[in-house]
Amino acid sequence: MAKELLKATDVSEVFGGLKAVSDFNFHIDKGELVGLIGPNGAGKTTAFNLITGVYQPTTGEIHFDGKSIVGLKPYQITQRGIARTFQNIRLFSELTVLENVKIAFHFHVKYGLLESVFRMGRYFSEEEKIEEEALKLLKIFHLEDKADELAKNLPYGAQRRLEIARALAAKPKLLLLDEPAAGMNPQETKELMEMISWIRKEFGLTILLIEHDMSLVMGICERIYVLEYGMIIAQGTPDVIKNDPEVIRAYLGGEA
Amino acid sequence: MEVTHQVLQQLVNGISLGSIYALIALGYTMIYGIIKLINFAHGDIYMVGAYIGFFAITQAHLSIVPALIISFVVTGILGMVVEKLAYKPLRHAPRISVLITAIGVSFFLEYTSMYFVSPTPRTFPAIFGDVAIEIGGIVINGQQMLILGITTILMIVLTYIVHRTKTGKAMRAASFDTETAQLMGIDSDRIISITFGIGSALAAVAGVLVGVYYNSIDPLMGIMPGLKAFVAAVLGGIGILPGAVVGGLILGIVEAFVSGFVSSTFRDAAAFAILILVLLFKPTGLFGKNTKEKV
Repeated sequence: MAKELLKATDVSEVFGGLKAVSDFNFHIDKGELVGLIGPNGAGKTTAFNLITGVYQPTTGEIHFDGKSIVGLKPYQITQRGIARTFQNIRLFSELTVLENVKIAFHFHVKYGLLESVFRMGRYFSEEEKIEEEALKLLKIFHLEDKADELAKNLPYGAQRRLEIARALAAKPKLLLLDEPAAGMNPQETKELMEMISWIRKEFGLTILLIEHDMSLVMGICERIYVLEYGMIIAQGTPDVIKNDPEVIRAYLGGEA
Repeated sequence: MEVTHQVLQQLVNGISLGSIYALIALGYTMIYGIIKLINFAHGDIYMVGAYIGFFAITQAHLSIVPALIISFVVTGILGMVVEKLAYKPLRHAPRISVLITAIGVSFFLEYTSMYFVSPTPRTFPAIFGDVAIEIGGIVINGQQMLILGITTILMIVLTYIVHRTKTGKAMRAASFDTETAQLMGIDSDRIISITFGIGSALAAVAGVLVGVYYNSIDPLMGIMPGLKAFVAAVLGGIGILPGAVVGGLILGIVEAFVSGFVSSTFRDAAAFAILILVLLFKPTGLFGKNTKEKV
């Protein structure tokens, strides 16, 4: 039990009369790569927003690393070690690639105005260290020669990679990827898959992945949860999921 | 020669006045940058700052620099309290609700002050006697030197904070995207509070400096400079810090020239004519970029 990193118990989220997510029970063990799939509007992104504190669950409990994270603000959850990327890219588009990554490095620890004004010496030595680490991260994602370009000027695929780099800079234990391959061509998707596997090993990460691209999910995830209308309808290894009649029905419609 | 001399003299006057607009406009633009709110109460914060400075000098018998510091700190805290009580509960409300609340806060500050300090204008004590320097026939008096000195220092400090500290970095990140900033570990609520604090403190300094410059303060003194600083912020491109400074200076200079060469009656008309022209021809302001709304 101790190796459970994230655990959601009976979580529901109600918007007005709409149940976006109901009776959501799931867990991720340390080091796992878990996929979360489901048709459009099934509540996948809502689940992410619940985990990261953007929404508060109407009922239920979420535990991270053994402690409840319900009621914490998003920045506090980030500081505990959960980072995410977005389905629709949300970079700081007017900042450079390097600055985007550096911001995340800065704030996974506490900071203060007085501290930053008066401890300039420490600030500058820290700044150098951060710059070095940020460049290392950019290198992993093949972005090092674009470090000084504005984030908005990057091609689409590179923006997606930068989002992942930025999330990693917050030094997470758990990384949530919201459709990282959306809009990528098969070649880019393949490279992304390799990159995800690699960073997972390199950083000892646990990853939860939302994805539409079945080949990506089936290819790298060890376990998959399938959501439909806010409820988990199936879970298991890719092989189990592939042959689950409920899943086939949800994706293809009707009887299969 | 006479005309050149006059032009230069008005330029000095304009830059002094413009620096004050710039200080107020900085607060406007910082607050807009971070929560997209036109804080109509900002001019009244400036008025409160002027009164705090006034009482520090007349009641506590402090000299100008300690009075400025006290006004800076107290008004900064006031700004944070206003944000906490009036705007924070409306964080997820439609923008128009917050805007209307800002107008409410503005009236509240104006008429509460009137209750406590009476509507009668007060005479700000003279800080400088007849100190003035003359360079080639152009007179820069003590008040103007004080204004230029203080605003320059504050702008340098502000630039340092925004570009060289973690808090500044957090402010810039939050102004791009408050929600994403939170997911980078930035406490956006705290950053918004600090922004209100700094913006209000700058306005307070402007208030005290105006008291020193014009020798007179009253509870409704914030309305006109508040509107003008808004014009300055829009002229420079709202949300952009250097824009606020340049906008403030241009506005001050234009006003000085209009008063000096046309008639001081048209001074305010000139300021608002600028607003109309900017909105017609370059709504994003001098430094603003065209942003297309993405769907």
